[in-house]
Amino acid sequence: MTNVINTASAGNATDSSIPLIEMKNVVKRYGDFHALDGVSLQVRSGQRVVVCGPSGSGKSTLIRCLNQLEKHDAGEIRIDGRALSKLSSAELRRIRTDVGMVFQQFNLFPHLTVLENLTLGPMRTRKLSAQQADKLAREYLERVDIPEQADKYPRQLSGGQQQRVAIARSLCMEPKILLFDEPTSALDPEMIVEVLDVMVELAETGITMVVVTHEMGFANQVADTIVFMDGGKIVESNDPETFFSNPASERGKSFLRKILRH
Amino acid sequence: MRLSSVIGWVCFLAFVALVSFLFKQLNWDDLAWYVVSPETETGRRNLWFLVGGVKYTLLMSFTAIIISIVLGLLIALPGLSPSPWVRMINRVYVELVRAVPILVLIFWVYYGLPILHDDININVFWAGVIALALSDSAFEAEIFRAGIQSIDRGQLEAADSIGLGYFGRLRYVVLPQAIRRILPPLGNQLVYMLKMSSLVSVIGMEELTRRANELVVSTYRPLEIYTVLVLEYLVLILIVSMGVRYLEYRLRANESI
Repeated sequence: MTNVINTASAGNATDSSIPLIEMKNVVKRYGDFHALDGVSLQVRSGQRVVVCGPSGSGKSTLIRCLNQLEKHDAGEIRIDGRALSKLSSAELRRIRTDVGMVFQQFNLFPHLTVLENLTLGPMRTRKLSAQQADKLAREYLERVDIPEQADKYPRQLSGGQQQRVAIARSLCMEPKILLFDEPTSALDPEMIVEVLDVMVELAETGITMVVVTHEMGFANQVADTIVFMDGGKIVESNDPETFFSNPASERGKSFLRKILRH
Repeated sequence: MRLSSVIGWVCFLAFVALVSFLFKQLNWDDLAWYVVSPETETGRRNLWFLVGGVKYTLLMSFTAIIISIVLGLLIALPGLSPSPWVRMINRVYVELVRAVPILVLIFWVYYGLPILHDDININVFWAGVIALALSDSAFEAEIFRAGIQSIDRGQLEAADSIGLGYFGRLRYVVLPQAIRRILPPLGNQLVYMLKMSSLVSVIGMEELTRRANELVVSTYRPLEIYTVLVLEYLVLILIVSMGVRYLEYRLRANESI
């Protein structure tokens, strides 16, 4: 029962028979520490999964394994039906263009302008022409509401703007899945909203999202599934209403008590 | 006046007195600046001869530094590999090459290498370039390795996440950022290279030092001629330093604050 948790039952049903993301008994160790201790998870196309849990529970490791920034030690991860551990590095690169990642620290390229940050991937890995990439980049800058910042350098922007550029950079790869690793945790409070707004809009476009966040308001509003992790394991996986009103697990209850106290 | 400043003045005056006393002891009258004076016919001819070596010093140093930068980068890359065996290639090369004195390497390449095969026929210029480039490449490799390692992990992850491969990541993300950080030590190496090129004079390269030596032999005026030689290197190196600083400034301006 705890071994395989099918989150698709809580999500909007799509006709695709194979899940877009499938994790089976995934294990990731750092020395003796089990960051992921037998995690199984399925995400269907169009689902919006929020992963939460106390720090050190393995949620970041989970999504970092999904695009293989961390290689898992055991178990299987399939993206679009293809097992990641069996891919050559060229195939892995191709899969990575399907799996966008937004980082806590933005990780924009400081030596490139905003526009160049956005066009680098499309030009170098998707082999678009400069004009096509430029057009695409401006389109997505428009989408994240900062078209006027195209020619600035990242450090000239506020944290919120930088994170929106980072989201646009991921979108320029036109991925099937977007992963967010605590996208608002490094932001000043007044900038969190502008990033969350963009993410809410994205969710409405139907793109598949897996979001690690402490923003429970966002989770409640956008997620169709909440995955709660603790100690490298998925403790429970539920729709937001159930999770927030009546979490199935004791640890989920105590986590919510702490996080929602104020 | 306070006591400390009185002591300061006394010390200063004593120092001036000492220096001027020592100066008077020197054999100033024995100097014959005419050998390198632009006001005499011989002086002009000698100066022209001395300065003429600059084209070989520059050509040799710049050719060697370009080769050593390329070589250094190629040697640095295995040093960044996660595999200890691959890293070993870097370690062995750096430790080995770094341990050979440049002068020894010059002898080894010029007198030693041609014995290996009849077709190996290295002229003085290329022997000098090869020896200088080889010995400098170990230092360049360490500079590149440090510069690349200083790039934040997040940059690499971001590059991975947009599907860039090893070389794309290096070319578009890592090196452009690393180069800004390693420019000062690279400038250092260039200055070092200009100075080390004087060693190639021992195998007969007609660069600045060799020409000074030849002139000393024919005029018996070492102090005057070597002083000019010192000034030649000084001017050359100041110009190079200014160039490097300008480049640093340009790169920083490019990034903007």
